[in-house]
Amino acid sequence: MAKIKYIEHNGKEHIVEVQNGLTVMEGAVQNDIPGIDADCGGSMSCATCHVYVKEDWYNKLPKKEMGEDDMLDQAYEPNSKSRLSCQIMVSDDLDGLTVHMPEKQV
Amino acid sequence: MIKTDVVIIGAGPTGLFCAHQLGIIGLKCEIVDNLDKIGGQCIELYPDKPIYDIPAVPKCTGEELTNNLIEQIKPFKFNFHLNDRVQELTNENDNWIVKTTSGKKFLTPNVVIAGGVGSFEPRKFPTKSAEKFDGTSVLYSIKDKTIFKDKSVVIFGGGDSALDWAIELSNTSKVSLIHRRDEFRGVPASVKKIKELSEKNIIKLFTKYSIKDVKGNGSLEEVEIKSEDGESKILKADYVLGFFGLIMQLGPIAEWGLNLDKKVIPVNTENFETNKKGIFAIGDICTYPGKLKLILSGFHEGALAARGCFKYARPNEKYRFEFTTASSTIKDRLGVK
Repeated sequence: MAKIKYIEHNGKEHIVEVQNGLTVMEGAVQNDIPGIDADCGGSMSCATCHVYVKEDWYNKLPKKEMGEDDMLDQAYEPNSKSRLSCQIMVSDDLDGLTVHMPEKQV
Repeated sequence: MIKTDVVIIGAGPTGLFCAHQLGIIGLKCEIVDNLDKIGGQCIELYPDKPIYDIPAVPKCTGEELTNNLIEQIKPFKFNFHLNDRVQELTNENDNWIVKTTSGKKFLTPNVVIAGGVGSFEPRKFPTKSAEKFDGTSVLYSIKDKTIFKDKSVVIFGGGDSALDWAIELSNTSKVSLIHRRDEFRGVPASVKKIKELSEKNIIKLFTKYSIKDVKGNGSLEEVEIKSEDGESKILKADYVLGFFGLIMQLGPIAEWGLNLDKKVIPVNTENFETNKKGIFAIGDICTYPGKLKLILSGFHEGALAARGCFKYARPNEKYRFEFTTASSTIKDRLGVK
């Protein structure tokens, strides 16, 4: 279980507890947090669960697997701290993680 | 005006199997899809990825699944209207008039929306200023490459479209290629070619840059690019091209007066009809308690929606359930003995 903070582009914060084994994307969708669309449902085939992760946490997360950066090329305003939240698996180690949502996903 | 029993919106697996079921029960349909090919997400997003949960098919790719479905509906000779999008639905008596972007018109008692998560559209530049030039000098696809001759063309993107066009246009135009990172997702041969052209100074390559602004009085003059640490550069540009892949947009479906739950359409599970009589929704775009976004669920939904269509297409006939193994009528429709 990890407490994850989702920050909308307008600054609104949502803190929820997400079960281990779910993804950060699922944590948002299951808790009706706006700002993450996840059109493809987590198969890494779209880029609509894009989040930014600040440097300290970005470096602590498991590295991106093949294909994630290719999808991020197709996201809205990606930068070097961008991740697809469907590819971040929640574990106890992620307790306190903060992710920032882009202005929009599509 | 094309008269038909059913218009299916979306040529993905769900739409294709629904067409099959319509053919089996003796109805005609016309299939419209915004993409230039048949197959929907299966072909656009994961043609080579294996799928493991199609009943009785242990493993197949999106492309194989699509080809098999096309084969399966061949006997019915249904028409496909590709590269076209349904724009407008208007009700007239007991029929729907369906209008597409290209100007086609259909008259039908039934519309089946099998539109996935909406239609695929190119992702556009985030910069507001780019909208002003959209379609004239800011482009997301190329119809006529001769317009770029001897012009300055700034291309954004790191996939095959961006690389292929950068290589092609570098023969006759001054090309700059901008990508947000050092790695490209295009095929290795194209990446190699781009690097060669960049070393020879034929293409100006800027990696780790993205668009900041486009400027011009009346016509486009320059584009400003920025690096993540805030450094910016100005490039002369007659045309700016963006190749960031496709995104799915609900598009005009949102304007047809259908009940919507976020981006999906609630239906009943008896025949997958929406809140509008004669408009059905199946596959990823529909929702109901227990909905699973699986291809197999789409097949089931299509089979039931087809029976729902029968009621409106043949109001004076009673639908009779038959098996393909036993019915001579069905075998005739399939052209088998």
